[in-house]
Amino acid sequence: MSFYPICAEYNDAPLAEQFGSVTEHDVRRALNKTTLSPEDFLALLSPAAVPFLEEMAAKASQLTLQHFGRTIQLFTPLYMANFCTNKCVYCGFNTKNKIPRSQLGPEELEKEAEAIAATGLKHLLILTGDARAKSSPEYIESAVEILRKHFPSVSIEIYAMTEEEYARLIEAGVDGMTMFQETYNEELYPELHPAGPKHDYRFRLDAPERACKAGMRVVNIGALLGLDDWRHDALKTGIHAAYLQNKYPEVDIAVSLPRIRTHVGDAFTPKSLVSDTALVQNMLALRIFLPRCGITISTREAPDFRENILPLGVTRMSAGVSTEVGGHTCEEEEKVGQFDISDERSVDEMCEVLRKHGYQPVFKDWHPLQEAS
Amino acid sequence: MNNDIFKLGGLEFESRLLTGTGKYADDSVIPDVCEASGSQIITVALRRVDLESDTGNVMDFIPKHMQLLPNTSGARTAEEAVRIARLAKAMGCGNWIKIEVISDNKYLLPDGYETAKATEILAKEGFVVLPYVNADLYIARSLVDAGAAAVMPLGAPIGTNRGLKTREMVRILIDEIELPIIVDAGIGRPSEACEAMEMGADACLVNTAIATASDPALMGRAFGRAVKAGREAYLSGPGAKHSHAKASSPLTGFLHEG
Ligand code: SF4
Repeated sequence: MSFYPICAEYNDAPLAEQFGSVTEHDVRRALNKTTLSPEDFLALLSPAAVPFLEEMAAKASQLTLQHFGRTIQLFTPLYMANFCTNKCVYCGFNTKNKIPRSQLGPEELEKEAEAIAATGLKHLLILTGDARAKSSPEYIESAVEILRKHFPSVSIEIYAMTEEEYARLIEAGVDGMTMFQETYNEELYPELHPAGPKHDYRFRLDAPERACKAGMRVVNIGALLGLDDWRHDALKTGIHAAYLQNKYPEVDIAVSLPRIRTHVGDAFTPKSLVSDTALVQNMLALRIFLPRCGITISTREAPDFRENILPLGVTRMSAGVSTEVGGHTCEEEEKVGQFDISDERSVDEMCEVLRKHGYQPVFKDWHPLQEAS
Repeated sequence: MNNDIFKLGGLEFESRLLTGTGKYADDSVIPDVCEASGSQIITVALRRVDLESDTGNVMDFIPKHMQLLPNTSGARTAEEAVRIARLAKAMGCGNWIKIEVISDNKYLLPDGYETAKATEILAKEGFVVLPYVNADLYIARSLVDAGAAAVMPLGAPIGTNRGLKTREMVRILIDEIELPIIVDAGIGRPSEACEAMEMGADACLVNTAIATASDPALMGRAFGRAVKAGREAYLSGPGAKHSHAKASSPLTGFLHEG
């Protein structure tokens, strides 16, 4: 059993109709429950729930405070390479795009790590493009060895791997993984990922579960909101998170809510516009459906917006972000990031902002155990 | 009342309220909470402690007089809990340890079996072990055998603020277990802490309810007082509850007259 057949049912279901037929009564009932069913979650994501956003916000805010307190965990991504063999039509690293490609060697990595560590951050997310030949599991393993000297927690956001490969990386000190399904829509998926290993919808869909099986501590999933109707992907993402949470209770399941951003190369028109209201509705519904689920908001979002949504469900935020390879140390002008970020504030600035809003920035929330034995 | 001393792990405490360090908007409020609440024991998640950081380390905010109770939050197995405990000791956090073994991130309920295993190993190593468990008599007994210094049953799942939902089970532990019973988790209001103490619990640990209050120091003070009030009520021997009215002069008193 995997999530695939469950997701397939949702892919085959008349979701547009289901969203359209939700009544005010359904929304109220969902709001009054303590344990929500997938149907309740659908109700909270539906157009009928829009007039209830304030009530949903009050509930979501209360649940977040209760379970996570007034704290926000901060992390930053480190782009180790931007070689990519895929042709995701919405991404700047797309193999067709003529951009400078590079990969950090051990010394550059060390320098980059030192620069990030100097900001005080302790949780690092490493990214590579999807190019196994260049960024092999061995390359990532040796990188983790270097990075673990500076960071107690290292997570990966890389190509989909086998369970054995995840187990090896965990052994090397990786404790979290992020895997964006991009879109759960099985029909649309191949159009958006026309070539390369990422074309394989199912191998990607089951990757988070393989990571859970391998013993990953934190598994973060998400859809790139806007590729398909956002409500459909939001629903399937939440159901996926619930599936993983129920089946692997020992794993800390988190969801990211990225909206599609502009990038270099071919212009791509997102299928659905994800307004601020839509993103907020998605976050609130998710928090009420899964009260203990981590919710990550990246620097794709604008500073003001990031501040306003703080009490609504967010538990993790990226800060001091560069989406360029070696972006924390390299000053070359021609470097190209994967996408444009909206919140360019430094880690210090972010901390100040969080404190101003009554939140404690948490740098360290895990301690590696290997050394203790 | 002044000689009502709370003995735990070979030490003596005047306060029976244990506090925590998680979930605060700003750790700098911790000293105020400690002072206002009168608490003398404070738990800290080792996974949050960052001794390398020059600023913002939670340990900097814990008043020196407090008894530090590092916890193993984040541990999913006995083995991980044991490693965290040893690490805490190596980091200079002393030999008290609150065992939290949780492998269910949905409900955050403690794993009694793994907790007992970790307790046994660590107690043998000389730790003062305070295990956080479900309010269950069998688990509590196994913890006594394993060498725990107290048993910490939950009132309700962590962070729920739902109160003393395990009331009857906690009452059984109070009656049956010789070790101190410290109600941990779930207490959302001072009145609930007061009730636990009134029932005969030896102490209460409160984190979320204080840390997420709008005024944590004031809430800390309220909890400090509630715990004291509950304790005093317990010591004073409250009259037994009866479901039907009881005449103040016995109805059969006449039988002994004359
Ligand atoms: S989204 Fe990832 S896999 Fe796709 S082109 Fe960009 S870097 Fe490559």
